Amino acid sequence: MIASSWLLVAFPALGALVLLVGGKRTNSWGHLLGCATVAASFVYALALFASESLSQAVDTTLWSWIPVEALQVDFGLRIDPLSMTFVLLITGVGALIHVYSIGYMSDDRDRRRFFAYLNLFVASMLILVLGNSFVMLYLGWEGVGLASYLLIGWYTDRPAAATAAKKAFLMNRVGDVGLAIAIFLMFKHIGSTSYEAVFAGIGDVSPGVVTAVALLLLLGACGKSGQFPLQAWLPDAMEGPTPVSALIHAATMVTAGVYLIARGAPIYNLTEDGRLVVALVGAFTLLLGSIIGCAYDDIKKVLAYSTVSQIGYMMLAVGLGPFGYALAIAHLLTHGFFKAGLFLGAGSVMHAMNDEVDMRKFGGLAKKLPITAVTFGLGYLAIIGFPFLSGFFTKDAIIEAAFGQEGWRGWVLGGSALLAAGITGFYMTRLMLLTFFGKERWRETTSADGREFHPHESPPTMTAPMIVLSIGSVAAGGLLIGGDTLAEFLSPSVGALQESHHGVLPHALIPWLTVLVSGLGVLGAWALFGRRTEGSTYTAVERPERVAWPVRAARKDLYGNALNEALVATPGMWLTRSAVFLDNRGVDGAVNGLAAAFGGGSGRLRRMQTGFVRSYALSMLGGSFLIVGALLLVRFG
Amino acid sequence: MVPAVNVTFAPAGFASASRAPAEHAPAGPGLTETPADQVLAGGQVLAQEAAAGIGIYLPLVLLIVLAAGFGVFSVLLGPLVGPSRYNKAKTAAYECGIEPSPQPVAGAGRMPVAYYVTAMLFILFDIEMVFLFPYAIAADALGLWGLGAVALFIATFFIADFYVWRRGGLDWN
Amino acid sequence: MNPFLAQQMQTVEAPGIDWGAILPMVIVFGAACVGVLIEAFVPKHQRWSGQVVLTLGSIAAAGIALGAYVSGRPEHGVVTMGTTLSIDTPALFLWGTLLALSVAAVLMIADRSVEPGGSFVAQAGIAPGTVQDRAQVQSTGMQTEVFPLALFALGGMMAFTAANDLLTMFIALEVLSLPLYLMCGLARRRRLLSQEAAVKYFLLGAFASAFFLYGLALLYGYAGSVKLADIATAAAGTDRSDTLLFAGLGLLMVGLLFKGSVGPFHTWTPDVYQGAPTPVTAFMAACTKVAAFGGILRVLTVAFEATSWEWRGVMWAVAIISMAIGAVLGLTQTDLKRMIAYSSIAHAGFLLIGTMALTDEGLSGTLFYLLAYGFTTLAAFGVISLVRDSTGEATHLSAWAGLAKRSPLLAGVFTFLLLALAGIPLTSGFVGKFVVFSAALSDGMAPLVVIALVFSAVAAFFYLRVVVLMYFSEPASDGPTVSVPGAFTTASIALGVIVTLLLGLLPTFALDWAGAGGFALGG
Repeated sequence: MIASSWLLVAFPALGALVLLVGGKRTNSWGHLLGCATVAASFVYALALFASESLSQAVDTTLWSWIPVEALQVDFGLRIDPLSMTFVLLITGVGALIHVYSIGYMSDDRDRRRFFAYLNLFVASMLILVLGNSFVMLYLGWEGVGLASYLLIGWYTDRPAAATAAKKAFLMNRVGDVGLAIAIFLMFKHIGSTSYEAVFAGIGDVSPGVVTAVALLLLLGACGKSGQFPLQAWLPDAMEGPTPVSALIHAATMVTAGVYLIARGAPIYNLTEDGRLVVALVGAFTLLLGSIIGCAYDDIKKVLAYSTVSQIGYMMLAVGLGPFGYALAIAHLLTHGFFKAGLFLGAGSVMHAMNDEVDMRKFGGLAKKLPITAVTFGLGYLAIIGFPFLSGFFTKDAIIEAAFGQEGWRGWVLGGSALLAAGITGFYMTRLMLLTFFGKERWRETTSADGREFHPHESPPTMTAPMIVLSIGSVAAGGLLIGGDTLAEFLSPSVGALQESHHGVLPHALIPWLTVLVSGLGVLGAWALFGRRTEGSTYTAVERPERVAWPVRAARKDLYGNALNEALVATPGMWLTRSAVFLDNRGVDGAVNGLAAAFGGGSGRLRRMQTGFVRSYALSMLGGSFLIVGALLLVRFG
Repeated sequence: MVPAVNVTFAPAGFASASRAPAEHAPAGPGLTETPADQVLAGGQVLAQEAAAGIGIYLPLVLLIVLAAGFGVFSVLLGPLVGPSRYNKAKTAAYECGIEPSPQPVAGAGRMPVAYYVTAMLFILFDIEMVFLFPYAIAADALGLWGLGAVALFIATFFIADFYVWRRGGLDWN
Repeated sequence: MNPFLAQQMQTVEAPGIDWGAILPMVIVFGAACVGVLIEAFVPKHQRWSGQVVLTLGSIAAAGIALGAYVSGRPEHGVVTMGTTLSIDTPALFLWGTLLALSVAAVLMIADRSVEPGGSFVAQAGIAPGTVQDRAQVQSTGMQTEVFPLALFALGGMMAFTAANDLLTMFIALEVLSLPLYLMCGLARRRRLLSQEAAVKYFLLGAFASAFFLYGLALLYGYAGSVKLADIATAAAGTDRSDTLLFAGLGLLMVGLLFKGSVGPFHTWTPDVYQGAPTPVTAFMAACTKVAAFGGILRVLTVAFEATSWEWRGVMWAVAIISMAIGAVLGLTQTDLKRMIAYSSIAHAGFLLIGTMALTDEGLSGTLFYLLAYGFTTLAAFGVISLVRDSTGEATHLSAWAGLAKRSPLLAGVFTFLLLALAGIPLTSGFVGKFVVFSAALSDGMAPLVVIALVFSAVAAFFYLRVVVLMYFSEPASDGPTVSVPGAFTTASIALGVIVTLLLGLLPTFALDWAGAGGFALGG
C-alpha cells in the first residue's frame, strides 16, 4: 500500500494536467473531475491510514532525480505519522473546499481553470509534505507558491489582485532564499539532503552551523506562513476567491512553515537559541496579528490577520521544542477546520451580499442566512476558545506549555499568548456582532456597484461543506488532545510530548485564566458593538476617520508594510537606480570627463558623446586593467 | 609595410632563442618536426653562430635600411625624372581615371562599394601568397601530405572566389 | 640565411589525424563550403530550399557521426591533428549540445511564415532609409547566405570547445565570431538598429580579440609554448617571473569573458541582442554562450589549475559583478530582448561559479547548465519572434500587456520558460542551478553561493514582471497580434520547451553523460 503512495500526488496532478491541456472541451465536467481527484486522494489516504501501523517512517524512492557524484537527490516520498496527518488534512479539507467551489464559482466563465489551479495546488502541497528530502520539500514549496500566486491573481480585472499576487510571490522569494541556503548548508556539512541522512548526521555538525540552518529554515517558514517580518502579504492575498483564502491561506499552505519546523525537529532539538527565536517570532506575530485584526472593517482581512495570529500560536508552540511540536500540529488541525469554516462562512455572506466585504454594511444577517450564521457561530466559538470546543483544547494547551517555560520566557511567551487570547475574543466578537446581529444596516446602503442588497442563503454545495467543517470545529480538539491521542500518534516523527513541571504559573489555573481573559474580550466587544445605540460611531455605516493613534497604527498594519519598504524595497530601489545611473551616466560621464580633460574644446566633446561604442570599449578596458591589476596584486601584493 | 613586419617578427624570434639553449640542449641541434619549430630552431642557430653581441642584429638592420631606401627611392624617382604636367583628372581624389560617384557631399558621401570589394579581393590573394610562400620553401620536406594540405587550402580559397565571381564581385559596374 | 635553407632537406612527418573523432566538425565545415557554392551556382528561387536541406541535413549527419563515435570512444579522449584538438568527453558533450541547439536555431532562421520572406533582409548592402530600402521591405527574398554563415560559426564553436592550444583557440574564436558579426546586420526590419548592432559587435569583438591575442603572446613568452598542457607544466614548476603568467591570464580571460557576455565585459550584449534578427539573437544567446564557457572551462581546468588560488578571488569578483549587473539592470528594462540579454549576463555569472569549481561536479554541473540554459533561452526568443505589430516584432514590454487573454497558449509557454530562467523546480533551470551551486559549495565557495542565491531571487523579480503583465493587465486596444507560427518556429519552440521540461524532470541521462569524464590533457 505504501509502495504506491505516489498515487496520492498523481491523482490531483493528473487532474490539473487534464484540465489545463484539455482546454474548453472539459468545461462541462471539469469541476467534477477536480473534486473527484482530490476525493480519490482522500479516500486513498484514509485507506492507507487505516491499513498501516505507521509506527515508523517508510521511504519509497520513485526515481533518481538529480544524481551527480556526491550529490544524490531521489524523487522519493516519506510516509510517517506527521506526513499522513497533513495528507489527511489537505485532502480532506481540500475535497470539501473543492465541493464548495462548485457553487461559489458557478458564475465564473473560467471555472474549469480554477479547478485546474486548485488541483495543482493540492498536488504541490502533497509533494511538500510527502517528500523525503529537503529538496523535494523545496519542490513542493515552490509549487504551492506558484499555485497561490496564480489563484490570488485570479480576478485579473482587479489591479489590486495583480499587486497582491506579485507581493505574495516576492515576499515568499525572500523566504525561499533562506530555505535554499539552509538546504545548501546541509548538503555542504552533511553531504545529503534527505531527511534520513540529515537527521542522522546533524549531531556531528558544529553548533554554529546548526543554529544558522535553524534560523534560515525559520526565514523560509516566516515567508510561507506570514510570520513577522514577512507577514504583510497574507492579508493582501485575500484578493483571491474565498475558497482559495480558505484552503490555501488559512487551512493548508500557510501552515507549511509550521510543518517545516516540526519536520526539522531533530535540527531544532539541538539548538536552544534557534528554538527561542522561533518562539519569540511566534509570540510577537500572534500579538501583532490580533491587534491589527481589531482595526479592519473588511471581513476577510480580519480573518486573514486572525490567521496570522493563530499561526503565531503554532510557531510559538514549535518553538517550545519537545514541549510543543505535537500541540502545534494539533492546533494546526483544529485551526484548519474552524478557520476554513469561518472563511467559507464569510464567502457565503459575500455570495449573499453582492461580494461586499465591508462589515459596516452588514448587520442582522442571522435571520437571512441561518445555516451560515450557525456554522459560522460554531467556528467563532471554537476560535475564541469557548470551553470544550476545539480551540479551547488546543490553544489552551499551547498557552499552558508557554507558561511552562522557566523564568522570563514563561512570562513573556505565556503572557503574550494569554493577552492575544483576550484580543482574539474581542475582534472575533466584533466581527460576529457586526455581521450577523444588530441593526440591518444593509437596508440603508448599496454595494460598491450601486446594487441593492438581497441577502439569501447559499446553495447546498456551499452549505454542506460548512456544516461538515463546523462539526470538525466542535469535536476535533477534544478528540486530538484528549488522552494525548495525537501526541502519541506523532511521536515517531517529532518525538514524545514532554510536560513541564516547573512553570511560572500553576497548571490548573491556566484554563480558567484563559477563559476569563477571553470572556473579558468578548464582553468588551459586546459593550462597544452589541448594544443598539443610535448614532454610535462603532456601528456606523461610514467608517470614522478621526480615531486614536493605536487604531490608526493598527489600520496601517502596525506599519508592517512600511517596515518591509524600509528594509527591502528601498535599498533595492536605491541599488537599481544607482546602477542604472552608473550604466547610463557613469561610463559616458567618464568618457566625457576624459575628453574634456585631454581634448578641451567643445567640438571634440560633442563628438565623443555620440560614440557610445567607445564608452563600451572604455568600460572593457577598465575591466581589463582591474582584472590584470588584481591578479598581479594577489600574486605579488 | 615590409620593414614593419620584420621589426615585429625579429624580437619575438630572439626572445625565444635567448631561452632556447636551456630547453633544447639535450635534443641536440633541435631539429623538430613542425615548421613553427624550425623558425625557432633557426633563431637558435643564428644565436649560436654570432655568439653574444650586437652582431646578430646586423642582417636585420641591413634589411631595414634596404627597405627604407627602396621606399624613399621609389617615391622620389617619379617627381625627379618624370615630366610635371598636371591636368584636372590627375588632381582628382582617385587618380585612376574614374570619377568618384556619387560625389562626396561635405564629408558624408559614400565611396562606391566596388572599391571595397576590390580591396578585399586584393587582401585575399595577398594572404594566399603569404601562406603559399613558406610552403614553397619547404615543399620537399613536407612531401605528399603537404601537397594535399595546400591543395585543400587552395580549393577552399577558390570556393570563395567562385562566390565572388558568380555574384558579380568582379564586374566593376 | 644559410641555417634556414640547410634544414629543408629533412622530411617532416605528417601529423596523425583521427578522422572518426573530428568527422562531425569536418561535416559541418564541408557543408558550409558547399553552401557557399550553392549561393554561387544555384538559381535564386531554389537557394532557400537547397540551403535548408543542406544545413539541417549536415547538422543531422554530424549528429549521427558524433553518436557513432561516442559509443566507442576512448575513455580519456584523444588528442589529434598534431596536438591542436582534444576530443574528450566535455568536448563531445559540448558538440552534442551545440549541434542540438543549432538545429533549433536553424529552424527559426529558416522560418518564412512568421515574417513574410523570413527575418532576414533581401539585400543587406542597401543603405537604410533610402528609397530602395523602403522598396525592398515588400520583397519576399532573403539573403540565404545566412545558412552557410551559421554553419561556419557552428564549426568555429565546435573547434573552439575542442582547441587544445591557444593559437587554435584564437583561430576558432575568429571563425565563430566573424560570421556572427555579419549575421547581426541582416535584420529585415529596423535596419539601422541592426546595422548599428553589427558594427558595435564587430568593433568590440575585435577589441576583445586583441586582448586575447595579447594575453596569448604574454603566455607564450612565459611558457615558450601555446599548448595548454605546456602552460600548466610551466606554471607548476619554474622560477620565471609570474608577471607574464598572470598578466597573460588576465588578458586571455578578458577575451573569453567578452564572448560569454560576462560583466563587466557585457556592454555589447543588450544592444546586439536587441538589434540582431531574433533567430540570430537566439543562436548567439544559446550557442555562443556554450562555446565561450566551454573554452573558459578548458583553459582554467587544463592550463591554470595549479594557480587557481591566485585567480579565484578575481573570478569571484567578476562573477558577482556579472550577477549584480544582470539582475539589477534587468529590473529596469522595458524591451524584452534587452531584458533577456541582461538575464543572460546574470546567467553568465552563475555559470562562472560552476566554472571556477575545478572539480568533477563543477565540470558536469556547468556542462549541464549550458545545455539547459541554451534550450530555454532559445525557445524564449522563439516566442518573442511571434508577437508582432505592423512594424515587426513588438518587443516593448507594454505591447505584451494582457497577452494571456489573446493567446493563452503562447503566454503559458512563455511563462514556463521564464520560470525556467528563474530556476523554479521541475524545470531544467532549477536542476542546473542546483548542481552548479552544490558543486561550488563542496569546493569551498559558500559565500559566493549565498550571493548567487540572493541575485537569483532578485532576477526572479523581472521575470515575474512579464508574467504579471501578460496575465493581469488589460490588453492595449491597438496592441500587437500574435502570429500563427510556421512549422519551423513551432518545432523550434516545442523542442526548447520539451527539453526544458525533460531536463527538469529526468536530468539523469544528461548529467550522467556530462559527468562521464574530464578533459584529455594530451601532450
